[in-house]
Amino acid sequence: MNTSYSWLVTALLRALAVILFVVTAVFFIIRIVPGDPAKMILGEYSTPEAIKSMHHTLGLDLPLWEQFVRFVKTLFTQGDTGNSIIAGTSTRELIAERAPVTLLLIVMACMMAIIIALLLATLAATHKDKLLDHLIRIFPTITLGMPIFWVGMLLILLFSVRLHWFPVGGVSEGWIGTLYSLTLPAITVAFSQIPTLVRSLRAQMLEILESDFVVTLRAAGLPSRVILFKHVLRNSALPTLMLLGVNISYLIGGTLVVEQVFGIKGIGSLLFTAISNRDFPVIQGIALYCAISVVIISLLIEMISWWLDPRTKGKQ
Amino acid sequence: MKRIRTEPQLHQDGRQPSIIHRIWNTPSLLVGSLMFVVLIVLAVFIPYISPYHPSEQNLSAFLQPPSAEHWLGTDQLGRDLFTRLIYAARTDLSIMVLAEVVPFCTGVFLGMLAGYYGKWVDTVITLLTDTFIAFPFYLIVIIVAFASGAGERGIYITFMLVGWIVFARVVRGLSASFREQEWVASAQTLGLPGVRIILRHLLPNVLPQAVVVLMTDMVGLLVAIVTLGYLGIGIAPPTPDWGTMISDGQSFITTAWWLSAVPGFAVVYTGIALSLVGDGLADIWRKK
Amino acid sequence: MSTSPILEIEALSLATKSNETLVDNVGFSLNKGESLGLVGESGSGKSLTLRAILGLLPHGVRQTGGVIKSEVSSAMVFQDPRGALDPLCPVVKQLAEVVYFRQKVSRKASRVVALELLEMLGLPDSLKRTDRYPSQLSGGQCQRIVIAIALACKPGILLCDEPTTALDVTVQRQIIETIARLQQELGFAMVFVTHNLAVAAAMCSKLAVMKKGQIVEHGNTLNVLQNPQNPYTQMLINSVLPLPELEGSGQLWS
Repeated sequence: MNTSYSWLVTALLRALAVILFVVTAVFFIIRIVPGDPAKMILGEYSTPEAIKSMHHTLGLDLPLWEQFVRFVKTLFTQGDTGNSIIAGTSTRELIAERAPVTLLLIVMACMMAIIIALLLATLAATHKDKLLDHLIRIFPTITLGMPIFWVGMLLILLFSVRLHWFPVGGVSEGWIGTLYSLTLPAITVAFSQIPTLVRSLRAQMLEILESDFVVTLRAAGLPSRVILFKHVLRNSALPTLMLLGVNISYLIGGTLVVEQVFGIKGIGSLLFTAISNRDFPVIQGIALYCAISVVIISLLIEMISWWLDPRTKGKQ
Repeated sequence: MKRIRTEPQLHQDGRQPSIIHRIWNTPSLLVGSLMFVVLIVLAVFIPYISPYHPSEQNLSAFLQPPSAEHWLGTDQLGRDLFTRLIYAARTDLSIMVLAEVVPFCTGVFLGMLAGYYGKWVDTVITLLTDTFIAFPFYLIVIIVAFASGAGERGIYITFMLVGWIVFARVVRGLSASFREQEWVASAQTLGLPGVRIILRHLLPNVLPQAVVVLMTDMVGLLVAIVTLGYLGIGIAPPTPDWGTMISDGQSFITTAWWLSAVPGFAVVYTGIALSLVGDGLADIWRKK
Repeated sequence: MSTSPILEIEALSLATKSNETLVDNVGFSLNKGESLGLVGESGSGKSLTLRAILGLLPHGVRQTGGVIKSEVSSAMVFQDPRGALDPLCPVVKQLAEVVYFRQKVSRKASRVVALELLEMLGLPDSLKRTDRYPSQLSGGQCQRIVIAIALACKPGILLCDEPTTALDVTVQRQIIETIARLQQELGFAMVFVTHNLAVAAAMCSKLAVMKKGQIVEHGNTLNVLQNPQNPYTQMLINSVLPLPELEGSGQLWS
């Protein structure tokens, strides 16, 4: 019992350490790269006095360690990276306002990616070295180099402009309208995840299909649909979950870009507005919240798979 | 897949199969290389192939569909799409290759250190990679590229910061299993210096796998360069770039859809070529 | 032994997709209740022959020649007991599932049969009350479950693929004794693959020695051991470790 919980403690400590690193990285991210933030905000030809006062507003005139202390202090008292330079409100509120639609999009994309990838991987693995398998295996090679925004554009062209099945962009009112208008963006995000998912899942699936226990069950005369749906799929659920944990970071990044293509007012559009306004606290806030979410999601997935997998429990 | 080769293994009849023979038997490598070479040849010789200049405007002949004169038609400013497409290949491919150099070397080096020495070196490097991985790839690319200023320099800085992680992770795993091998342990007890083991024995072992990863990673990098261009924080106009071409064409998507579609296909084409090369190399090294 | 054989294999050949021969011209037959020991080094094609009898060749291996005639059903016991059980499914549930599909009884009845099988194999009662996963059982217990699953199929022939190799030495003996007892009680025939000549000799009335995919020696166990014709068989016999004390005491007596 003790040994299995020591695993949990290690995982928690590691996540905590990564979060500390993340906070530091977010602090340094605008300081490590060349260029003066104040100059970027005010433009190339601003007066030295203006730059100086902007330095003061941003706290850049203080020694580095004091800036860091202030940064961490704001983080703990306010839960964010300070107030937006443009809107004046706290970045936390700005992010909270935009987060729901982005979250919904991510969840929809995840579900689509898992269902489609599992289906394709199962088909490929059960038809190993046959035509279907070859076709499914070519798919990741072709789609690996597809820019996600370009896929989105082509999907809009086909399904919205030509076929009129979906709106061209934006999000409609109401629950059903929201889900409906997020369908095409979610497909786009899922599309970018499917190649890697299919590739690894097919390999996992083959390993499971060739394992002794499947032979035992087949030798014992169980119908192949029972073996596939009850035993093989259950065994591939854990690796799928783990894979999703690894890919969640890419998925969030892709979502931000896809929002831009479909004109969805989520975290992505907040980021791009902040970038064109040089609104540093908002940019930092988005980076911080995204990264911490990724760390927490990974930790949760690790814990769930530990919870579900009897192999981790040991005897008794 | 992660099998480690200690010494060069001979074939059963005692001789090594010739390299040429092995390459010939790997169609994916052949096709991929051919596709890539065609692109490179076009990019190098485009000034002699095309009579047009990439930023030469001809407002009397804008948004023309493909014809004998303009193979892929013209854009909204009357520039020849094919010429721009290939000039953009020059820009994007050279940046792609150059931007991979530093991250590849750093990643392989750090991965070997972490895997071979383990202990606190490993802990620190793993914490670093975990931290960077926590940031969604496109988020960090967008922020760093923006903060370090649009243009080529921003792209190089961005990938120096984030590009090494993939290599470090793969090489770390390989190096850790390499260290478990018995002869390495015995070499260590005999007092062979670590640097020597790393450079003479570990590096040749991890390099093939790292190169295979390099191929797929270059595809990812190319897509990132194009994405930055599309978002307007990558390569700045008028330098031709596939990303800005797609973004320019977006306004004409209903009338002249090929303006956006064609540069995208160029990216996909390059992606297929590189992943085929990667698959082929992996095949060759696995058979060996 | 006068009845017609229940399993007959003639000139069985197996090869990979790239035509590399794995099993070459193998043939033997088995009568009701009889047991055959298949011995030989690893990679000599013993396990593949079993998989061929079972009708489940691994991916990439195909039958290139020969016939397998079998009048009864067969079931298999594997080398690695833990790998032979679904790690995410409670063991009793797995057993009951097989009973349900093979013996065509109701779900409820299948559990009753499964529990009877557990009893038969001498597994602890605690398994009946709480759900246990393969990872929570010892190797020997897992192997008993695997044997129970095989018996749930009511096989005419039990195929044993090195059933004790992956187990502790003390457990090996128990498993072998269990298999021998069950064979007496239930009367199934058996093909026993092992690389341990001593075990094969103790378990089986007939022996077949395999090397590089071919049967190099085949016959009555006693004949093969006392009068080996093939040098490879001789080597196998010599490689059975003599117990040092016995050797010493032998010297004393001579």
